[in-house]
Amino acid sequence: MAVTEHEIAGVGHSIKRKEDARFIQGKGTYVDDISLPGMLHMAILRSPLAHARIVSIDAERAQALPGVVAVVTGELLGQHNLAWMPTMSGDTQAVFATDKVRFQGQEVAAVVAEDAYTAHDALELIDVEYDPLPAVVDPKKALEPDAPIIRDDKDDQADNRCYRWETGDKSATDRAFEQADVVVSLDTFYPRCHPSPLETCGIVADVNPVTGKATLHMTSQAPHAHRTVFALVAGLPEQNIQIKTPDIGGGFGNKVPVYPGYVAATAASLLLGKPVKWVEDRSENLISTGFARDYHMHGELAMKRDGTMLALRVHLLSDNGAFFADAQPTKVKAGLFHIVTGSYDLPAAHVSAEGAYTNKAPGGVAYRCSFRVTEASYMIERLVQNAAYELGMDPAELRRKNFIAPDKFPYESVTGFVYDSGNYEAAMDLALEKVGYKELRDEQKRLREDGKLLGIGMASFTEVVGAGPAKDYDILGLKMFDSAELRVHPTGKAILKIGVQTQGQGHETTFAQIVASELGIPPEDILVQYGDTDNVPYGMGTYASRSTPTAGAATAMISRKLRDKAKKIAAHTLEVSEDDLEWETGRFFVKGAPDKAATIQDVAFAAYTNHPEDLEAGLEGSHYYNPPNMTYPFGTYVVVVEIDEGTGEWKVRRVVAVDDCGVRINPMIVEGQLHGGLAEGFAIAAMQLISFDEDGNCIGSNFTDYLLPTSWETPNFETFATVTPSPHHPFGAKGVGESATVGSPAAYVNAVVDALAHLGVRNLEMPVTPARVWEALQEARSGS
Amino acid sequence: MFPSRFEYVAPRSLEEALSTLAGRGDEAKVLAGGQSLIPLLKLRFASPALIVDLNRVPGLSYLEESDGHLRIGALARNRDVVASQTLEAGYPTIAAAAPLVSDPIVRNLGTVAGSLAHADPAGDWGSVMLALGAEVTVRSASGDRTIPVADFLVDTFTTSLEPTEVITEIRVPKPEGSSGGTYLKLERKVGDFATVAVAVQLALDDGRIGRAGIALTAVGPKNIQAIDAERSLAGAEPTPESFQEAARLAADAASPISDVRGSADYKRAVVRTFVQRGLDRALELARAS
Ligand SMILES: Cc1cc2nc3c(=O)[nH]c(=O)nc-3n(C[C@H](O)[C@H](O)[C@H](O)COP(=O)(O)OP(=O)(O)OC[C@H]3O[C@@H](n4cnc5c(N)ncnc54)[C@H](O)[C@@H]3O)c2cc1C
Repeated sequence: MAVTEHEIAGVGHSIKRKEDARFIQGKGTYVDDISLPGMLHMAILRSPLAHARIVSIDAERAQALPGVVAVVTGELLGQHNLAWMPTMSGDTQAVFATDKVRFQGQEVAAVVAEDAYTAHDALELIDVEYDPLPAVVDPKKALEPDAPIIRDDKDDQADNRCYRWETGDKSATDRAFEQADVVVSLDTFYPRCHPSPLETCGIVADVNPVTGKATLHMTSQAPHAHRTVFALVAGLPEQNIQIKTPDIGGGFGNKVPVYPGYVAATAASLLLGKPVKWVEDRSENLISTGFARDYHMHGELAMKRDGTMLALRVHLLSDNGAFFADAQPTKVKAGLFHIVTGSYDLPAAHVSAEGAYTNKAPGGVAYRCSFRVTEASYMIERLVQNAAYELGMDPAELRRKNFIAPDKFPYESVTGFVYDSGNYEAAMDLALEKVGYKELRDEQKRLREDGKLLGIGMASFTEVVGAGPAKDYDILGLKMFDSAELRVHPTGKAILKIGVQTQGQGHETTFAQIVASELGIPPEDILVQYGDTDNVPYGMGTYASRSTPTAGAATAMISRKLRDKAKKIAAHTLEVSEDDLEWETGRFFVKGAPDKAATIQDVAFAAYTNHPEDLEAGLEGSHYYNPPNMTYPFGTYVVVVEIDEGTGEWKVRRVVAVDDCGVRINPMIVEGQLHGGLAEGFAIAAMQLISFDEDGNCIGSNFTDYLLPTSWETPNFETFATVTPSPHHPFGAKGVGESATVGSPAAYVNAVVDALAHLGVRNLEMPVTPARVWEALQEARSGS
Repeated sequence: MFPSRFEYVAPRSLEEALSTLAGRGDEAKVLAGGQSLIPLLKLRFASPALIVDLNRVPGLSYLEESDGHLRIGALARNRDVVASQTLEAGYPTIAAAAPLVSDPIVRNLGTVAGSLAHADPAGDWGSVMLALGAEVTVRSASGDRTIPVADFLVDTFTTSLEPTEVITEIRVPKPEGSSGGTYLKLERKVGDFATVAVAVQLALDDGRIGRAGIALTAVGPKNIQAIDAERSLAGAEPTPESFQEAARLAADAASPISDVRGSADYKRAVVRTFVQRGLDRALELARAS
């Protein structure tokens, strides 16, 4: 009997996630679950000060504590050339501070002990003498001429500027501004927030003292890239480094960088000849590992009186912390921020950016975002709403007037992106219809007459995800292709090995569904493997919504290659010519004689038992996919809020989200991704902030200060889809894991601003706390 | 979690606990729900040499009404308070506050007595008990004493409890006649401590206000009893004007600090809003009772 597409549950089917059973039943394995014989435990001593010279480190008392095996300092690491390491942005970062500490929480030394309690006890016995220096906390002040220089370790560094970067056409933009009827500007700050995965970062480093083989069980979103960095940093031969990433309890960009703890634990294992475990606690994760955003932005939009957009000008100042440790492609400095023209057909744009070193934790990771797309999307979507107020137009209509029209794709933007496909108006119209936009505007008017505050905000975002084409995208020189290796066993079951790294995205399910669609093997018969660099092909890992656009494409391509081979085998076993065969998902049959058929399972068996003599045995192969372009998912989110004037609290009444990510592999998983992103976007908009006092003390170092919303305060989400396939992806899919984190913050903030817009309010900074809303109201009311 | 080393005892009777404390009170900490103490141990902000775990002491988990009081035993959990049916009618302020204390996970373990003993100015129970005029019964190896909550709460994380004493019971006088009350809390998310919270208790006496209790959370070094506001209401007509005046006086009694949650002015404004709303609600309940 023929296996039909429906039964094999390929692309388009909302099957349950294969990985969930083990997570739900507590049978996942995280780094901290790994325990090896003779394993030692490492704890890190961190700087209490944001900026200070290290006068001395005395570890004698710690060393003497029973149970302590070793104290690792920067000096010791320096003897092995490991005191500094490269960052993902081509800067250097101290593994352990030797000369100065440059942020509160910076790694200064570590204790390796027989148990974790002793290791922590011993930390209190390390005496570090610091000579405090003035802390530089504000990036604007950091760039003033008399600011204390943070990176005096770098010979060529005479100030605190870590980069300058610009793109677009400045003179064309300037000309357009001269001709504009209306210019609207917005100064806004996208605050420092943190991906805060529930599982913190950690490693079990196991260097075999005899063979020299380093097996590193670590929380990595990019195991292969990390292996190569380790080879480069530690000088270990790359074949002797095996990175094994077990289950990951969330990454969100936080597990893209290489952290000092990984390097120190590996060095300790190498020196001591025993496995060493290091797992950071919550506060360590929040104060020292990759933060996100921290962009101070100024945007200006030039328009004609009728609402036609003429040009966009944006300047941004990024606060990069003590080390320039953004994870981003080599050719850019502010990630893909220059997608800031968004969904609009802008004839001219200019983006300039500069970054400042400050005495804060390094990072600038793309928190559930494709390299700074989130900041860009926030800027343009906030600006467009303010432009609508200025012109007296409805914000939706102003968007409609300026959207890139569906027939203009592929569309080359003035900042150099080629948008693959889009239909922005259709997505917006669906959102407006679902939310009942016209009725809401009428209600808003009525309520205002009664002194009540209702706000309707929207964002029509476009992302650029799936890095990326080798000609434009690399990290530390490594091109951003990705890979898949497929092995079909004689019984028709298969193993798929991919270069990307799931952290909750559901790869074990969706990638099996891709194979199912292409090759007709049901998803339950396919084991998807990843995360062990000895076992899976090279890839750049999972972040920036790149898995489906890259490794997903590679999976389709290798499946097709194997299908071509399978056809030859089928022709051989059915004793017909290849031209006489037709494929339907799961089987080849003879044209005109559909009963004469070979299923993919028959063919798989034949590949090992009865293959044609002129063909290699087996049904296996791998594919490295270099995407021809990025993918450009988009959508419109509409948020409706009500405001309590007595307290400034805002409550979300509705969130309507229309997403277009092209073809959806597993619509239920897509929805799950969107719900998570809409919740994270809400958290960022409403409550999250890593802040610092003027001495550089980090405020927000645990979950009582850094807030994660629960199901209580998270709004209800209504999600809808339009489908505009990617023309260049093998089956039309685009990345979607980050759309909602990217697109939604502007929609929430726009909604609150909209509630106060008639009072003249044009900006509220995130997190939009009740206090900020209340203060804006006081100001507006006293001004009028 | 990796706290400092400590010794741990779990006495099976109150006497045993008290005699342990009589000898080593200074270096010991009593453990009830652990929801404040364990975070302190985890962060090594507290490193007591000895933990005296009360959880195996029998007979302290009660929540009952007798001799004109609601009596809350030292091991009654916040969860028990939420679940109690008796409170809704007689003690609406407690009933309103209980589900706003933290989240269900913390409420499963955390106790009312522990909250008072911890004396966090952002703790909810301190204000509720001040507004209700409650007392705390404490015991040491040498005997009992009963302390009004207003005297028990001394300063931030400081009470009049001696290191040799434990709280055995909280005693809340039953509000008399037509009375009502409520608790209003502004929090950033469920499970958060208050940015500002207000406990309000009102009794009506022949249409006029009898006793009024107003106390404020998270706007000073400890839970603040808004005495001037209470006095302004006693004997007054329950009118929008008198409520407004009480709200103004309560806001004056607050001494909040500016922080990431908001400015001092903002917090005072929320006190004003909440006292006014709380009094409206209390009046509504009192008239219905
Ligand atoms: C995430 C989180 C959120 C929270 N949110 C809130 C909130 O919104 N509002 C709020 O009010 N509280 C909140 N809390 C605190 C919580 O209510 C605590 O449970 C409570 O403050 C302490 O009670 P406990 O029984 O856990 O005391 P423990 O933590 O066991 O003890 C606290 C202190 O009281 C002492 N102690 C305890 N019992 C006695 C006794 N019988 N006699 C003498 N001393 C005693 C201990 O020695 C210790 O010093 C929160 C806690 C957490 C962890």
